[in-house]
Amino acid sequence: MRRVRVIPVLLLHNRQLVKTIQFKNPKYIGDGINALKIFNEKGADELVVLDIDAFNRKEPDFEFIGQLVSECFMPLAYGGGIHTMEQAQRLFSLGIEKVVIGACAISQPSLITNLANQYGSQSVVVSVDIKKDWLKRNRVFTENGKKNTGLDPLTFAKRLEELGAGELIVQFIDREGTGKGYDLVVLQEISSTISIPVVALGGANSTNDFLKAIVEGGASAVAAGSMFVFKGPHKAVLISYPSPKELKENLYSYL
Amino acid sequence: MVTIIDYGVGNLGSIQNMLQRIGVGSFVTADPQQVEKAERIILPGIGAFDSAMVKLENTELPTILKERSAAGIPLLGICLGAQLLTRGSEEGSRPGLGFIDAYCVKLNAQKMDSLKVPHMGWNEVIFQSANEITDFKEMEIPPRFYFAHSYHMVADKEYVLGLTHYGYDFPTILKKENILAMQFHPEKSHHYGMQILRNFSTWKP
Repeated sequence: MRRVRVIPVLLLHNRQLVKTIQFKNPKYIGDGINALKIFNEKGADELVVLDIDAFNRKEPDFEFIGQLVSECFMPLAYGGGIHTMEQAQRLFSLGIEKVVIGACAISQPSLITNLANQYGSQSVVVSVDIKKDWLKRNRVFTENGKKNTGLDPLTFAKRLEELGAGELIVQFIDREGTGKGYDLVVLQEISSTISIPVVALGGANSTNDFLKAIVEGGASAVAAGSMFVFKGPHKAVLISYPSPKELKENLYSYL
Repeated sequence: MVTIIDYGVGNLGSIQNMLQRIGVGSFVTADPQQVEKAERIILPGIGAFDSAMVKLENTELPTILKERSAAGIPLLGICLGAQLLTRGSEEGSRPGLGFIDAYCVKLNAQKMDSLKVPHMGWNEVIFQSANEITDFKEMEIPPRFYFAHSYHMVADKEYVLGLTHYGYDFPTILKKENILAMQFHPEKSHHYGMQILRNFSTWKP
């Protein structure tokens, strides 16, 4: 039996919680702080908060992040609009555990190395957002899935490890919000090539998807959005998180 | 009142938030004069050993911390802050504060099978003896805490209060008289973290 991290991912848009499908059509879910309190009560392993507006701005919304952190008694990773060491420093002193780097991993890769040297690689996460291009090749996308960087995910992942990233969130844009499960093939390719932890994100619908991501995909941790905020076929908004018993029976006991 | 040392490294906000939640007064300071008057001290820290040690060395804090801990004031090091209390680390070349006769080594990947370094996530701490710090009341034990580290402490058995298994067993809580070193992050460990910080806040070593 082995514990693996099960991580809710919350998307912020204008200081509110939203959920997207394939990175599009943000749907209002509720109040971010309230959701965070619920995940505290339910004892979530850790949380990832991504500000989906932030790449348009020069910097993170520190004031709001501060409010979130003050309610968070579990590890919190934050991504969105981080361009400089100073911004990261400010996030760490607010109580953010890890910073999630997106587009900057490509535009200024030295940021990853500098962050790892200063704060340790365990505080530097890079989000690798993968989508199929028109030739059905897997490519790394940035700017909320709008910009094709032309980079091959595997080559990119290796490069990120060399730069000093401590963990990668491998996100499948085509599956995000669809509940179709993770792309286990791509996941396996990446996690077997690099030695840092890989967190799977995009498409999870059940603890069985989690199990597959670990066993077949080689992921070290699993993350999901919709699964933790919607319930039932009509997608009613209901914040949930599997109980310790559920996780033990459906996940840990097989590992 | 708990004094949280600010030397430019680490997530001070979350430690203070959790103390506030459990009703323990605290303040964050970088001022050596304040630390001289401290009744109870937390030394936080994330990041690389040398970079944190250099920051400490640039202040009068190492001397003051030494005096305070020698005077019997409860001192808690968290994560890298715990490692700084040892003699040193394979990660760096600077000597540590040396308050506990221990040393830090890299997690041994050869003993890990398919497990990855850094060790990140929740894990259990198995206590080697019982005292005020290890009292978890009615809660289910062993307690679980959040870890994020690539190096771990090694010390003589007499100082090891808690062990964790990740590939192999290694010490994750050291205790020497009034000095405690915790490898995990209590401030990020929900109810278990709250309880162990509560225990520290009333601890009479």
